[in-house]
Amino acid sequence: MSIPLSWYIVFATVLFCISIAGLFINRKNVIVLLMCIELMLLAVNTNFVAFSRFLGNPSGQVFVFFIMTVAAAESAIGLAVVVLMFRNRRTINVDEIDSLRY
Amino acid sequence: MSHSIFQMVCFIAFAVVAVGAALAVVSVKNTVHAVLALVLTFFSTACLWMLAEAEFLALALVVVYVGAVMVLFLFVVMMLDIDLEPIREGFIKYLPVGIGAAVIMLVEMLGIIGVKAFNVQAGPDPAGTSNIEWLGTALFTHFLLPFEIAALILTVGLVAAVVLALRVRTFSKRQNPATQSAVRAPGRVRMVKMATVKAAAVEPIRQESQS
Repeated sequence: MSIPLSWYIVFATVLFCISIAGLFINRKNVIVLLMCIELMLLAVNTNFVAFSRFLGNPSGQVFVFFIMTVAAAESAIGLAVVVLMFRNRRTINVDEIDSLRY
Repeated sequence: MSHSIFQMVCFIAFAVVAVGAALAVVSVKNTVHAVLALVLTFFSTACLWMLAEAEFLALALVVVYVGAVMVLFLFVVMMLDIDLEPIREGFIKYLPVGIGAAVIMLVEMLGIIGVKAFNVQAGPDPAGTSNIEWLGTALFTHFLLPFEIAALILTVGLVAAVVLALRVRTFSKRQNPATQSAVRAPGRVRMVKMATVKAAAVEPIRQESQS
């Protein structure tokens, strides 16, 4: 193991910022927004794994385990909501889902 | 020494693939291609975790994400009939905002990480025996209650997804087992008391067409 810690942190930072840009750019498609959230969770998990390895503490990897559990449940429910929304409104455009606003 | 250089080359290669695939996720036109690029991102990141000696989590990432969650995404994307043209119309409009926010965040976070962190090296492998033993000991001693709660969360997610996506069809004829088993004899058969009536004698019909 000769890779410095900072390489992992920089990689996770770049991944996180790409997903932030994805949230801004893709304003029309809910599914891509969900995928950007998955990318963010992946970046955070990479940080957890790297720090767990470099500090010698298993708690970080256990946390990654729990984050993956919650993310799987979250994406399942989110996709069910998307399917329901498409069935009722025939669209998954974020700009058209504003009936709670008025 | 050549071993460590090989590890660094592997890290750079996987990181470049992962970042390129992540860029493809947020920028390609077709959503199916975005899902496939996300699969590539997850796979490359799993290789990076493998390099960090987190073998169990790397394999769990491949099995759980690539095997289950991404297939679910692909399933939903292909099931929904989305026309691609209106999806793209705000792309150019929001592109400068998105890139600006991302670059500002990147510069700030890299500033926080700093230059000094670039030389931190890992100690000897803390796992000692194996990664899975290290992780499992922590998971089943200190984190046993959160482990059980995680199982509960998965069950709740399963039930919630089924309840949300279930569509009750009104035109289908279904059996209701509860009412079927709750039925009693008076609900099915009605005994009617009637006075007996003596039938009048009926004359047999004479067949006359045999002449």
